[in-house]
Amino acid sequence: MELFVDILFNGISFGSVYLIAALGLAIVFGLMGVINLAHGELIMVGAYSTFVTQLLFKEPFLKPFFGSYIIVSIFVAFIFSATVGILLERLIIKRLYGNPLETLLGTWGVSLFLQQFVRSFSLSFGTSVIISIISGVSLKNIFPKSIKERFNEKYIRLSNWIIPIFIGILSNNFLATNIPRIRRPDSRLVDVTSPKWMRGPFEIYGESFPKTRLVIIAITVISVIAVLIFLNLTEWGIRIRAVTQNRSMSECLGISTKKVDTITFGIGSGLAGVAGVAVSLLGSVGPDVGQLYIVPCFMVVVLGGVGNILGTVLASFGIGILTDIFASGRLLTLFPNAPSFVFNTLNFFSTSSMAVVLIFSLIVIFLQFKPQGLFPQKGRTVE
Amino acid sequence: MNLKNLKAKNYIWAIISFLIIIMPFIVSVSRLKILGKSLALGIVALGVDLSWGYTGLLSLGQGIFFTLGGYAIAMYLQLNSSIGLPNFFSLYDVKSLPFFWEPFRSTYFTFFAIWLIPGLLAFLLGYLVFRNRIKGVYFSILTQAALLVFYNGINSQQKLINGTNGLPTPNTKLFGYLVGDPTTQKFFFYITAILLLLSYLFCKWLVSKRFGRILIAIRDDEARVRFSGYNPVVYKTIIFTVAGILAGISGALFTVQADLISPQYLLPPFSIEMVIWVAVGGRGTLIGAVFGAFFVRLFASLVSSAVPGAWLFIQGGLFILVVTVLPQGIVGWMNENGPKTLLIDISLKLDNFEKNFKLLPLPLKNLIKFLVKKSLTFSKKSITYPKLDHAGKEEVEL
Amino acid sequence: MRISRRILAGLATASLAITATSCGGGSGSASFDNEITVGILHSLSGVMSISEKTLVETEKMAIAEINAAGGININGESYKINYFVEDGASNWPLFAEKAGQMIDAGYPVIFGGWTSASRDAMEPVFESKKGFLYYPIQYEGRECSNNIMYTGATPNQQSEPATDFMLNRSEAAGKPFFLVGSDYVFPRTSNSITKAQLKAIGGEWVGEEYLDLSSNEVGPIIAKIKKALPRGGVIINTLNGAQNVAFFKQIQDEGITPENGYYVMSYSIAEEEIKTIGPEFLEGHYAAWNYMMAIDTPASKTFAKNYKKFTKDPDAVVADPQESAYNMVYLWKAAVEKAGTFENAEVRKALVGTTFDAPQGPIEVMPNHHISQKVRIGQVNSEGQFTILETSDDIIKPQTWNQFIKEDKGFACDWTDPVNKGQKYKL
Repeated sequence: MELFVDILFNGISFGSVYLIAALGLAIVFGLMGVINLAHGELIMVGAYSTFVTQLLFKEPFLKPFFGSYIIVSIFVAFIFSATVGILLERLIIKRLYGNPLETLLGTWGVSLFLQQFVRSFSLSFGTSVIISIISGVSLKNIFPKSIKERFNEKYIRLSNWIIPIFIGILSNNFLATNIPRIRRPDSRLVDVTSPKWMRGPFEIYGESFPKTRLVIIAITVISVIAVLIFLNLTEWGIRIRAVTQNRSMSECLGISTKKVDTITFGIGSGLAGVAGVAVSLLGSVGPDVGQLYIVPCFMVVVLGGVGNILGTVLASFGIGILTDIFASGRLLTLFPNAPSFVFNTLNFFSTSSMAVVLIFSLIVIFLQFKPQGLFPQKGRTVE
Repeated sequence: MNLKNLKAKNYIWAIISFLIIIMPFIVSVSRLKILGKSLALGIVALGVDLSWGYTGLLSLGQGIFFTLGGYAIAMYLQLNSSIGLPNFFSLYDVKSLPFFWEPFRSTYFTFFAIWLIPGLLAFLLGYLVFRNRIKGVYFSILTQAALLVFYNGINSQQKLINGTNGLPTPNTKLFGYLVGDPTTQKFFFYITAILLLLSYLFCKWLVSKRFGRILIAIRDDEARVRFSGYNPVVYKTIIFTVAGILAGISGALFTVQADLISPQYLLPPFSIEMVIWVAVGGRGTLIGAVFGAFFVRLFASLVSSAVPGAWLFIQGGLFILVVTVLPQGIVGWMNENGPKTLLIDISLKLDNFEKNFKLLPLPLKNLIKFLVKKSLTFSKKSITYPKLDHAGKEEVEL
Repeated sequence: MRISRRILAGLATASLAITATSCGGGSGSASFDNEITVGILHSLSGVMSISEKTLVETEKMAIAEINAAGGININGESYKINYFVEDGASNWPLFAEKAGQMIDAGYPVIFGGWTSASRDAMEPVFESKKGFLYYPIQYEGRECSNNIMYTGATPNQQSEPATDFMLNRSEAAGKPFFLVGSDYVFPRTSNSITKAQLKAIGGEWVGEEYLDLSSNEVGPIIAKIKKALPRGGVIINTLNGAQNVAFFKQIQDEGITPENGYYVMSYSIAEEEIKTIGPEFLEGHYAAWNYMMAIDTPASKTFAKNYKKFTKDPDAVVADPQESAYNMVYLWKAAVEKAGTFENAEVRKALVGTTFDAPQGPIEVMPNHHISQKVRIGQVNSEGQFTILETSDDIIKPQTWNQFIKEDKGFACDWTDPVNKGQKYKL
């Protein structure tokens, strides 16, 4: 029984990391058919923004609220990653819709670019670039209508961007003078320290569970529920699903597919940012943190069946539980008296890396039988 | 193509062959190795071009076949130049040779293993995947997953195959000659050049027939090819196998000149990098693949020496460039009169600018006038490069 | 931004040079008779750049110090040291390629490398081209090249005293041992030595686990530790870089802490890593090094102060690998001056027996191209520094062939007699 609880808990906690990391991808890839290889770097943006938020909360004026920084950083990470994602969509992906292979290569280029960006530029600079973009976009909407209507005039549009740039410079100065750690470019790993209340084990009925893992499971569950509510109950969610199902028909019915694309991509990217918060709680934050997750994320989405959130959920928990069973050598504990050949084989695969080998091979084999994943999309195709 | 062009082409070929023949005598061995490695990568690029440029199969797992070829030759060299077990086994207390090393004692077996093992694996993987009609990005993701399977598998097996450290070759012997020796390296350089030429001619022959046209048809509209009575699975499997074989050969040639084969070649960036060589050179043009591999690699090693880190920016930029503004690559661009078109565009823009502002000095004005006049004489050729993947969004019925 | 900084730095040095010449050397700034260029080969990009960049900085600092003190002095002629930095890009085959180029370019010495894999990739190149590599990291031993000078610790200068300490004198004395490492040659070899040693000195060993270098998922390993050590014990940790962060964060969550009787002894956690992981996760755990920033001597303090000044970073820390990198530049200088030439064969002969007053104290080059040095055991405190608990009484001689490994027992290496005793000979 204890073993069962262990496997279930560990499986769910490994799985929830996969799930939160893949959730954004499930939306971007599943609903829009966009292969975003820069998804890992959006996770990285989220992780770095957690780090910066944490440093801000170490400043004297926010110090008393340090315990709650993690909640704030979820929102910050969502907004920052979504901004980068929307920028990416507007600048590059927009031109490549309907060309999945080209999108794949283009986003890979973006991911290389982003990785090197955080190595070569200081965090304060990166943060202020994003801040100025955000303020530029939001300022436009704050202006009174009379000015807004004239926005297409060149000079007003230009002056609209002068203020955000100014804000960016100010915030860069502010960050760089107050937080020396992010003043200079640095490719070193940075530390995200969870607040005291999140550290250590949580004990119940004689079983102890690590609190960080519990928090991550909670973040994941809330995100999944939020996504489901958004997609099924809100107006934009319904529009997104409509565009997913039939793009040209939705367009005929007056849905602005362009806007839908941007919003969908923004939400997917934002969720990658939330995943960044989770990832930063577990391990190190560095320029290549995203590379660790990108391939597993795609496997989860493909295994679950494209365009199906439920499938993604099941696939990630399945992979999580299998990881625990193989990598922690659970089968050895369950069958200590297995014949020596079986025992040796199990032992051979009971490391993290061999578990990856085994699970990925299983997925590749599984997809031979069910190429559409666990929950294939219903419909007719050219085939 | 007119006669003048043909002549120019012949001259270029003569110069290139001459350069290759004299190269070992004019550059140092360490530079020669870099050139030789770049040539070897040209072979794998040919395979990528066949499968991606011609057939539309974007494999992100060519590194698997490349590395297998490299390991085959490295294992052979290690076994045949040490008494007893290769040195590294003693680091991990291994007393007896793992079983799969045994056949690599034989020269004949190794000769076939270098290309047959990658070929067989590519055939198996390709056949299963294509038979089940997994295609497009799913194929890419699947090959990437396979890549990681091999990476984790080899990287974590210290005791079987020296894991992360890989297998070094310079102190080993091939037919009694030291591999790291300058003379041997010169020999490898020539062998690489010859094999590159042979592979190029083979690929050229392959795509020049009806076979090649079917490949392009599969790339542009697979369903229509099937409805016309061809079985795309056969063609795709053949092409993927050929690409695998080429990758294996390339890996072996690369390894003996790189001094080391290691699991690092199984990481995703290397396999995706192969695509950028082909894309920059010109997909769907074999010569573009070879030149792309050669020059991008050379450029990369120059840039990364001068400004470390800048290469990633440039590489990222190249990826974005080739998918947005230059999908046909440099060779494709040249073939389509790209330079002329660009010149026309620029001169027309300048003319427009001048008309609006009237700021430029007289000589420049005249130059622009001349350019515009000249450019109007040859008409602007349209870009006919077909899009790789037609917008086949599946319709869903609920 | 980085590029522009470089250009600025270049301009700054250029303008400095102009002012220096205009002063005519009257201000005591050295003028040199000659120049020599050395090679520096570390990863400036990729995964390992995190660690290796600090070595590049330290090596540059040592070179700047030597130049400021008049450069290298050979037969009355002074040589200014210039350096040429190459990027290995965390790519082992690339290390071999660049090393070959640099030797061909005629640099008399190359300072470089961090991972064992990069050193192993470079070794055949240096041997076949007769170059000379100075390698600054503590490593697994079991090799002895005539073309490499190793200035890091061998296992008997780090892991052996550490194991002895953990078993006999630590807060977890007498408890069972569990070994955790990244999956590559250093942890594997180090752990097989530790196992043999535990057997010899009567310790209990209950398990050993390896994490693949590309993975960050330490969960399964922690599950195994909890199972193997239900009531506390010693964990010997040889994990690498980023994996350490995940490991220490997550063991605390699982209650594997000093308060519960679990003590981790790490061989790759230095001051820099403490900063990255955060001292609150490491407090109370142990590490063993030859140099620690907390060493309370004027030499050590000057070293730390100079490094902060050189990098213009008041928060910078120095650690054992950096000290080792610093020492090797000075050892090379001493050997060259003793030999009276930059010729490799002569310098190699002069190298053995060279001494240097390092920040950690006096060190000496032994005939096996390793150095003799002291060992220190430290416990991480809340300030992110080590509290030094023990310093070995004697200066410990390096054993490149470890005496706890069956095949190596009774062997040694002595390059003063390359024909009979080079690489590996029976004592």
